[in-house]
Amino acid sequence: MALNLEDVRRAAHLARIAIDDAEAEATLAQLTRVFGMIEEMQAVDVSGIEPMAHAQDLMLRLREDKVTEQDQRALFQSSAPETEAGLYLVPKVIE
Amino acid sequence: MSNATVKELSELLARKACSSVELSQEFINKINGLNKSLGCYITVDAERTLAQAKAADARRAAGNAGVLTGVPLAHKDIFCAKGWLTTCGSKMLGNFVAPYDAHVVERCAAEGMVTLGKTNMDEFAMGSSNETSHFGPVRNPWDQQRVPGGSSGGSAAAVAARLAPAATGTDTGGSIRQPAALTGICGLKPTYGLVSRYGMIAFASSLDQAGPMARSAEDLGLLLNVMAGHDARDSTSLQRPAEDYNRDLAEPLKGLRIGLPKEFFGAGMSADVQKATDAAIAQYQKLGAVPVEVSLPNMNLSVPVYYVLAPAEASSNLSRFDGVRYGHRAAEYGDLLDMYKRSRAEGFGAEVKRRILIGTYVLSHGYYDAYYIRAQKLRRLIAQDFVEAFKTCDVILGPTSPTTAFKFGEKSADPVQMYLSDIYTIAVNLAGLPGMSIPCGFGDGGLPVGLQIIGNYFDEARMLNVAHQYQLATDWHRRAPQGSAS
Repeated sequence: MALNLEDVRRAAHLARIAIDDAEAEATLAQLTRVFGMIEEMQAVDVSGIEPMAHAQDLMLRLREDKVTEQDQRALFQSSAPETEAGLYLVPKVIE
Repeated sequence: MSNATVKELSELLARKACSSVELSQEFINKINGLNKSLGCYITVDAERTLAQAKAADARRAAGNAGVLTGVPLAHKDIFCAKGWLTTCGSKMLGNFVAPYDAHVVERCAAEGMVTLGKTNMDEFAMGSSNETSHFGPVRNPWDQQRVPGGSSGGSAAAVAARLAPAATGTDTGGSIRQPAALTGICGLKPTYGLVSRYGMIAFASSLDQAGPMARSAEDLGLLLNVMAGHDARDSTSLQRPAEDYNRDLAEPLKGLRIGLPKEFFGAGMSADVQKATDAAIAQYQKLGAVPVEVSLPNMNLSVPVYYVLAPAEASSNLSRFDGVRYGHRAAEYGDLLDMYKRSRAEGFGAEVKRRILIGTYVLSHGYYDAYYIRAQKLRRLIAQDFVEAFKTCDVILGPTSPTTAFKFGEKSADPVQMYLSDIYTIAVNLAGLPGMSIPCGFGDGGLPVGLQIIGNYFDEARMLNVAHQYQLATDWHRRAPQGSAS
C-alpha cells in the first residue's frame, strides 16, 4: 500500500508538527522507504497469536491512596516558557 | 589514573592512594583537553563535580564509604539530574534544567559516585551514529572521521577515550551495545524491568532499559549492583531480591553451551567482523565451552517490527513536548494549535519528526490492526524463538553490529540503511532479554569489533561470568585508542 502526500500531511497534523510542502515531499520519499521495509511483516501468518505489549507480562501494582508528592510548583514552573500567578500561559482558547 | 578500571579506582580510593577530588580533577583536565575535538559531553560543571568529590572524600574519611564511593562516572544526557542541564540531545530541551534526579542518578549518588557531566547522544535516543544530536557529532576516538555509534555515543566515546572510567547508557534497540562495539568498550543492557526508568526521558517505554558502560565485564557488574533495584515510581520495575552480579565471575566455562544462531552468521556481516567473531568463538572453545547451533527463525522481522512499535510508543511519549510546561516554544505563533505545531516543528530534529510521523501513522484509524497489533503479535514470535533457543544453550553469542564504525554521512541519507545497523541487537529488546557487548578484536583499519552475549531472563551474573573469563584470557578490552591512555 503506497503512502501519499495527503497521508504525510494528515499524520503531521495529528502529531501537531508544522510541515511545509518541500518537507512533506522529502518526508514522503523517506517514509516510503521505511514502510517498504515494514511491509515485510505482512508476509507472516499471525492468526492465533496473542499480541505482546511487554517483555514481562506483569500485573500493575496497587498502592495506598495517599499523598506522596510535595508541592514543587515554583520549581517545576521555573522551566516553563511562560507562567503567571502559578498558571501556564497559552494563547487565548475561549473568546 | 584515567586508564584505570572502575575496580582499580575503587581499590586506589579504598587504600587512600588517591582522593576522589584528585581523581575527578584529573578527568576534568582530560575532558577540558579533548572534549572540544571529540564532543563526548554536552555539559560539564567542574564546580559541581568537585563538590561531589569532596563530599565522597569526607564520607570515606568518616568510615562509611561504599564500594564505589568517590569513583567518577558520566551520565547520558537522557537521565534527569537535579540542577544539571538535561537536553536529551534535543533543541526541544536545550534549556531544560532537571528539577529532580532519575532513579539511576539517585542510586549512583547514594553510593557516593561523582558525576563528571552529561554525555552527548542521538536526539531522544533515536539514532545509531550520534549524528542526530542537536549538539553536534561525537567523534570515534579510534578514528575521528568515523561515528561512535548511537544512541549512547557520547558515553561510549568518553569511556573509550578515557574521559570517564564508566558511564550510564540506555538501550531501546541496541543503543548501549552498538556504540560499545564501535568504540571498543563493554556495555550491558539488563533484563527489561531490572533498572528503573524513572527520570529517564522516555523513547519507547516497553523497550527502554538503562545499563552500564565501562571497560571490563567486572566493572559492569560493580555498576549494575548500584543501578539495579526496585522502584515503585516505574510501574514496570520488577520486585526481585538484590543480587551481587559479580558473584559468579570466577566460575570456569567448561561445558558451557554457547548458542550460535544461524541467522546471525549469514549474509550481511562484513568479513572483518566475521573473522573477529569466529576467533572469539574459538577462544571460548579453548576455555571449554561447547558451541551449539540454534535458530531464531523470525529474526529477520525484528527490524520491521521494531520500526512500528518503537515509533508508535515514541509518538505517544513525545506528545508531552508541547511548548507549554517546559521545553522549546516558538517565538512567533497564532493560536494554540499553531503554537504546538511551530514549537514542535522547530524543537525536534528530522529523525525524531520522522519517527513521530511513522508512529502517528501506524496508530491512526484504519491502520492500527494492520501495523501495530500485527507487530505486537510478531513480537511474541520473536520472543518465543529465544525461549526455544535457550532450551539447548546457556548463552547466545554473535556479532553486536554487522560492521565496524562507519564514516560520518555514510548512512545518514537513507534511514533504512541506518536502521539495519541494529539488526543483531533489536530482537533482544523486543524479547526483553539481557544483552551485552565486549571487545573481541579489530577489523579493517584497526577499528574495534564487538562480541554480543545474550543471556536468558535475569541471567546477568552468568553473562558477566562468560565475559569475564574471556577477558582473563584476552586483552582486547585493555586496548586504548592512540593518544587517550595516560
